Amino acid sequence: MDVDVLVVATIARALAFATPLLWAALGEVIAERSGVVNLGVEGMMALGAVTGFAVAFTTGDVWWGLAAAGLAGMLGSLLHAFVAITLRADAYVSGLSLTMLGLGLSALIGRAWVGRPLPDPMRTIDVPWLRELPLLGPMLFQGQYVLTYAALLAAVVAWVLLFHTRGGLVLRSVGENPTAVDAAGLHVRPVRYAAVLIGGLLAGIGGGYLSLAYRPSWGEGMVNGLGWIALALAIFAMWHPLRVVLAGLLFGACFTLAFRLQTVFPPELLTMLPYVFTVLALVFTAWRRGRHAFGAPEALGRPYLRGER
Amino acid sequence: MIAPLRRRRAAHRWEPRADAPAWRVVLVTLGAVAVAALVVTWVFVAYGVAPGEAWATIVRRTLLEPRGLSETVRKAIPLLLAGIGLLLAFRARFWNIGAEGQILAGAIGATAVALFTELPGPLVVPAMFLAGMLAGAAWGAVPALLKARMGVNEIITTLMFNYIALYLVRWLINGPWKARSATGFSYSERFPAEAVLPTLGATRLHWPTLAIALVLVAVVALLLARSRFGFEVEVLGRSPEAARYAGIDAGRVTLLLAALAAGAAGLAGVGEVAGIHRRLVEPTQLSLGYGYAAILVALLARGKALAVVPAALFLGFVFAAGDVMRVSLRLPSQLPDVVTGLVLLLVVASEPLTRGRWVRRDPTEAAATPAAEAPVAPPAAATAGAPAGGAAHASPDGEG
Repeated sequence: MDVDVLVVATIARALAFATPLLWAALGEVIAERSGVVNLGVEGMMALGAVTGFAVAFTTGDVWWGLAAAGLAGMLGSLLHAFVAITLRADAYVSGLSLTMLGLGLSALIGRAWVGRPLPDPMRTIDVPWLRELPLLGPMLFQGQYVLTYAALLAAVVAWVLLFHTRGGLVLRSVGENPTAVDAAGLHVRPVRYAAVLIGGLLAGIGGGYLSLAYRPSWGEGMVNGLGWIALALAIFAMWHPLRVVLAGLLFGACFTLAFRLQTVFPPELLTMLPYVFTVLALVFTAWRRGRHAFGAPEALGRPYLRGER
Repeated sequence: MIAPLRRRRAAHRWEPRADAPAWRVVLVTLGAVAVAALVVTWVFVAYGVAPGEAWATIVRRTLLEPRGLSETVRKAIPLLLAGIGLLLAFRARFWNIGAEGQILAGAIGATAVALFTELPGPLVVPAMFLAGMLAGAAWGAVPALLKARMGVNEIITTLMFNYIALYLVRWLINGPWKARSATGFSYSERFPAEAVLPTLGATRLHWPTLAIALVLVAVVALLLARSRFGFEVEVLGRSPEAARYAGIDAGRVTLLLAALAAGAAGLAGVGEVAGIHRRLVEPTQLSLGYGYAAILVALLARGKALAVVPAALFLGFVFAAGDVMRVSLRLPSQLPDVVTGLVLLLVVASEPLTRGRWVRRDPTEAAATPAAEAPVAPPAAATAGAPAGGAAHASPDGEG
């Protein structure tokens, strides 16, 4: 096989693998930029995957399934938002409980659908015009699911919204210095609610991609740590939507290449690799930025209470 | 510009306080558990099971019958060990959620000793506990080192280490340690008789592990209450800044606590392989999510070492009740996971309730409000009840 063909094929596979990570990590970037850390990504993805599958299976329409997946993720995040923002409980533990609850609930809901393939799953398509591009066309714009292209688009949209609109400025300010935003007469909590809900929506869509497109079925181990990897990806990308795409592609490429080693290594050890990569990526990020959490929103993980500084 | 958006002032005001009376903590915790019980009752109804009968069956088969009670206690053993460890780690704000992986690491260590060493009989079990503890501690020390030296987020690394441990066990029982007789399901060779823990009568209650767990809880309680180390942990947990001024090496304390916590989880793994399975088995059967449930045990105990015992027994009951629901009531096996997640969520959500109280607003303060709403006044002044700021500051990102 030619080298450039191999590279193109690897990147195309990497993108397909990274799509759920992109959705979930973009959602987490938006939530964390507003200062609310949500460790419930894994649970929201599982809820999205199972709900999306159940609805698509029942209605026969993957798009209804996808809408349900996003909604399910959003509902999960609403729970977290209420506990962490309104009740001002510990955001880390709240997110963790959302993951546990989401995994348990999704397994409970999904019992009826285990082992059933989706009759009419999402189909792959090419992007008109862009597919003709040399190299980039076959890498990014051919034979993927709509959700993959949409993830790339979502990253650009998130970047524009976060960094080039007034709303984005407010959102980031809430994450950096909520007291100043409050003093300017703007409301902190609604902004945080919106950011967390968008995060849940995107995580749900990421889960929907798994059960409606990537592996059109449902099983308890479907998400299998992808939500946690997405959390790591948000840190690795230093909370920047465009870097999320690059980081996601890098992750995906590593996994795809690793799976080409199947003839040499036992499958259990290869399955371990994504998790090892994630640890290495976090170590690399920490090493690069030194001891200070450069790029992290200043008020990340701290509930806002007026009159407190 | 601001005035139309502002809500009307309520007659009561939330006054956060750093310390909560014990009765209130107990009451709020019991309330959270009661809400979870209500939800379970609703699940019974949804699945067409008579709730009264279902609860009676569960109580009889987990608490009243000797065999059922032994199962409840048996399932509380790994939760006690991992839970007391996590309590230590959380006290120092090291968010170890890797107990599950550390349990598996302990099981690997114990299996290595049981199957591949030639020790004299009486030394085998102690060596297994030692190896399991060291393996668990090593597994937990890596994320702790990364956190202490480089500031790598321990929540994600400890979790990743869970998956790595899981696939490591799978690889071992499918590859190098696979039993010759294993077809279909994979597992290691059976442990020799001297590597198996004694149990209480005909039950599966491996009492040596239980004894170790109870001793450990007592030691930790003493350590936290009486020693210089306990004092350092206390200061570090309350204020890392203060700890620095007091000359406490935060990195060293965190590392030590994390290794201790992981070592305790490792011991739990030894108990599971040597007391129950008697061989290394599929990781999801080896630890039924004890490492995750132990997080709830530590949080339920709210920093009090001795409170780990009732908390672990409660979760042991949840796990045992899960078995009863699955076997006797034919309810889905995932229910305990939902209950665990739900109780965790309720406990977190109710945490602020233990840290403050509603107080009636001072009428003079209410009278002063219209003036404060003038656009020129900084909004912060409107709610700045004097005690609120300082007392609340201790609460936000710790405690939990």
